[in-house]
Amino acid sequence: MKQTLENIKAAAMAELASTNADIEQIRVRYLGKKGELTAVLRGMGQLSPEERPVVGQLANEVRAAIEAAIAEKSKEMKEKELNDRLAREKLDVTMPGASIRMGHQHPLTRAQREMEEIFIGMGFEIAEGPEVEYDYYNFQALNIPENHPARDTQDTFYITENILLRSQTSPVQVRVMEQKKPPIRVISPGRVYRSDALDATHSPLFHQMEGLVVDKGITMSDLKGTLETFARKMFGDSTQIRFRPHHFPFTEPSAEVDVSCFVCGGKGCRVCKGEGWIEILGAGMVHPFVLQNCGIDPEVYSGFAFGMGLERVTMTRYGIDDIRLFYENDERFLKQF
Amino acid sequence: MNLSMKWLADFVDVSDVNIKDYCDKMTLTGSKVEGYEKMGAEIENVVVARIKKIVPHPDSDHLLICTMDIGTGEDTQIVTGAQNVFEGAIVPAAIPVAKLPGGVTIKAGKLRGVPSNGMLCSMGELGLTPHECPGKEENGILILDESFAEHIGADIRTALMLDDTAVEFEITSNRPDCLSVIGLARETAVSFGRELNVPAPSFRGAGDGDDISKYLSVQIEAPDLCYRYAAKVVKNVRIKPSPMWLRMRLHAAGVRPINNIVDITNYVMLEYGQPMHAFDYTQLDGSAIRVRRATNGEQFKSLDDVDHTLDSSMLVIADQKKACALAGVMGGANSEIKDDTKTVVFESACFNGASVRVTAKKNGMRTESSARFEKGLDPENCYGGLMRACQLIELLDAGDVVDGMIDVYPGKPTVTVLPFEPARYNKFLGTNMTEERMVEILEALACTVKDGKITVPSFRADLACMNDIAEEIMRIYGYDKIVSTNICAETTEGGRTPKQSFGISVENALYGMGLDEIQTFSFISPKYYDKIRMPADSALRRSVVISNPLGEDTSVMRTTALPSMLEVLARNANFNNENVRLFEMGSIYLPNEDATKLPYEGKMLTLGMYGDVDFYTVKGVIENLLDLAAVKGVEWTAVADNTAYHPGRCAKVTVGNTQLAIFGQIHPLVAENYGMSMPVYAAEIDFDALFAARNAATHYRPLPKFPAITRDFSFACDEELEVGKIMAVMQKAGGKQCEGVTLFDIYRGPQVGEGKKSVSLRMTLRAEDHTLTVEDADKVSKKVLTLLDRELGLTLRG
Repeated sequence: MKQTLENIKAAAMAELASTNADIEQIRVRYLGKKGELTAVLRGMGQLSPEERPVVGQLANEVRAAIEAAIAEKSKEMKEKELNDRLAREKLDVTMPGASIRMGHQHPLTRAQREMEEIFIGMGFEIAEGPEVEYDYYNFQALNIPENHPARDTQDTFYITENILLRSQTSPVQVRVMEQKKPPIRVISPGRVYRSDALDATHSPLFHQMEGLVVDKGITMSDLKGTLETFARKMFGDSTQIRFRPHHFPFTEPSAEVDVSCFVCGGKGCRVCKGEGWIEILGAGMVHPFVLQNCGIDPEVYSGFAFGMGLERVTMTRYGIDDIRLFYENDERFLKQF
Repeated sequence: MNLSMKWLADFVDVSDVNIKDYCDKMTLTGSKVEGYEKMGAEIENVVVARIKKIVPHPDSDHLLICTMDIGTGEDTQIVTGAQNVFEGAIVPAAIPVAKLPGGVTIKAGKLRGVPSNGMLCSMGELGLTPHECPGKEENGILILDESFAEHIGADIRTALMLDDTAVEFEITSNRPDCLSVIGLARETAVSFGRELNVPAPSFRGAGDGDDISKYLSVQIEAPDLCYRYAAKVVKNVRIKPSPMWLRMRLHAAGVRPINNIVDITNYVMLEYGQPMHAFDYTQLDGSAIRVRRATNGEQFKSLDDVDHTLDSSMLVIADQKKACALAGVMGGANSEIKDDTKTVVFESACFNGASVRVTAKKNGMRTESSARFEKGLDPENCYGGLMRACQLIELLDAGDVVDGMIDVYPGKPTVTVLPFEPARYNKFLGTNMTEERMVEILEALACTVKDGKITVPSFRADLACMNDIAEEIMRIYGYDKIVSTNICAETTEGGRTPKQSFGISVENALYGMGLDEIQTFSFISPKYYDKIRMPADSALRRSVVISNPLGEDTSVMRTTALPSMLEVLARNANFNNENVRLFEMGSIYLPNEDATKLPYEGKMLTLGMYGDVDFYTVKGVIENLLDLAAVKGVEWTAVADNTAYHPGRCAKVTVGNTQLAIFGQIHPLVAENYGMSMPVYAAEIDFDALFAARNAATHYRPLPKFPAITRDFSFACDEELEVGKIMAVMQKAGGKQCEGVTLFDIYRGPQVGEGKKSVSLRMTLRAEDHTLTVEDADKVSKKVLTLLDRELGLTLRG
């Protein structure tokens, strides 16, 4: 009987080793209810009580060995099957991806959002105001009375004698100061209008971003610090800024602000026209008359304001040489951003 | 303002500073330099030469062979074609290799076989005009006066005083005092720490017992518009060209030399910043000058022979009968200085800036004079300017200055005195300047600092408060010395408003759905309303109208953003861009009933698409946006009467009585108006309404604990019956166990017949507290069928 068991084991092992087909059949043949090993076990009753445990143990060992071999083989075959499938499923990874459309942000919006984030990080709110505005807010409250020569530099579109298309975002300053008491920290991005014919560098409609801070003890150093932080975040860590004296009726002292050219780092190149500096901002300390016009006491409070052209910053930043591209909205242009 | 560096040197010495450094420094102290031009920079190797001998060219009847003394001690030969040369003439000669303006290079060569070592030059070839070279033949060789004999061999640039540099300044409107050589000299002196030396003008005068009172009286009838009127009379006037040095200074400043009298007025204006006017005295009717308002409709011919009709807002300088000058703007043709003028009145006056500005604007003539007056000039400067003019008369030997002076001065300005507050300046600027340095700067700027008070000079009307003084100190001390600090104050919240944030979420969602963002002009042509077939009586045709537009295309503020979108779609189609999907978040402008009030500005979100899209693509985008905003109670209704859209493919989205959007396929006729033949889709979403309908508060609903059961229904119905209606009835019938109804198939074909469709819908049922049984579901199904039959006459498809 022992011999029979050994034979069964050897046969099962041999069969398993050679098969590539259904191992379930093998299992049934040897271990199934009508299998060969089962048959041997059934014959155990004829053995003597002494023989029974010995043969029994051997039979169990044989069963365990066959089961293990089957499991082993089964695992092996599954692995092979999987590998075969994976091999069949190989893809050409160089083929283009499925087209999942993604829209593109307009470059002006992109630059605007980026600027907004920088100032929000410094505690600024975003203020909005009307584009069709009273002459009062656009000029008079900003220390530009009627027939002031400064009006010449901003050729303005008029609706009526007292209503115009705002020529700057500065009127929002006044509206904010009328409505809110210091501390004030706002930026106001938006559209402005000037009577310039459309060409590569002029547009009758463009965007500005105005900033205003009013509080006790605000200094010109704070203005420079704030703009320096902005410039570094917008144009890169090594960016420097330069103040040049200038005149705006609604700030005093006033400055034009240059940033060091972020292309050449200040050495002079095509982008900065060899200057090493690019003019991007106008700024200054809010004129006491303007504060007074808005009901804020200039003896107690001081503040600064700044403004910049969004198109100019965006054009410089991305090397765009024609302002008209922004408003033509050719998809081939939009998709680059 | 163009500044001649030679002229500047009369008042301040910066000869040791190189021009680039000069310009940079001036810019950094507040006088912005736009650029500089070295006069005659394009001229090289042109010398003063004398023609010693002329012989005719053997092979030409118009060429002449000149033997030239070019100051080298060795004669040279130049062939010329000009006929105005003669032996002994002093001329400019270009000696090879020479350069002339316009990139011309002169090399040695042969003219018809005869060697020519250069070229004799005309004034044009040197970049000059008869204005700089009065009395000289324009078309021939420039024949120089015998006075150039001592310059033979000298560089023509030096000889003709072309060796100057003109620096172009951009002077801001608050600094009219810097529209003058003296003003810029003062800025130069303070910027470089140099001495400023402006001598007071002096002159002898005729001293013959004659007096101005015998010639002239002046009455200012409008003292609100004329603050001061000073005048001098010059007799025995000898009109001739000005000397070369004066002509060349005017040339450098960009002003054309005319004759000595006119040149003097311009010279004084440029040097002192005081506009001057000269009348021909003999042309005045009577001896009394009236400074008065023009009468309405009064006629006036200006110096440049243009006729003007005046009104009472304008100020004129008039004699007893007529206006002789438009105050501060331009003189009249009737009293112009002519070659035979014998007696001249020099006017040095100060007029109201705003008035001059309006007058110049109304008459369409902005002059050097009006540009200065409109910025507000210093009446005190009238005197110095007038004295300088008289000094120049004597210097140029142009006439005899009659003794006595007219000076009517009703508008003497008050002297501005401000407190000197060094600590406050430092605190405000964030600087640490010494008091001594501040005083030094202010005094260099002609302020007087004494006893804690600053007395501001009369020409600095722009200095009126603490900030102004702080700026003066700072710009000279150096803006580069401002240190950067962080704001040290009360913390502010910062951030976006909920509406601004929502706008950004919507934009981000749209990018994610594959739409590209566009930006278009807010102003359009009123014709665009026709292009979108807007009904003639539509309220939206009433726009905010620009009174001074650039052109019709940008003449009204849009009441709808649809035309702009369609235009951009059409442009993209023209560029053969395929499958375009766009959106614009832009404003529309609806006029206020009360025209003195501001219009309503609304935010519109406009979508536009063509290519691989259809009606349901647009609807899908809108559905996603409504989902983003968690809007409840949305209704979709077909719209057949919006003329911009396809009558069978247009819908509106409403919540209660509020319309959130209208969208659909653009009417083929509208598309055609934009040159598009393919289907075009658009949506106009009222962003303000969408934001108002938004449900910001999100509440978590527990995930279902019990399984759902679905039931499918198929109906055959009339094409006209809207699926939305069927779905609504099913939803209602399903009650609170109905989790949702979805459309999974729609079929049209022979099996359902003409004009019919088969609609297949799936209903999902679920109870919150138990597993629904088949019986439960059947009960609901039955209810659904009953209601559909009753309300819509629908029965299940067999």
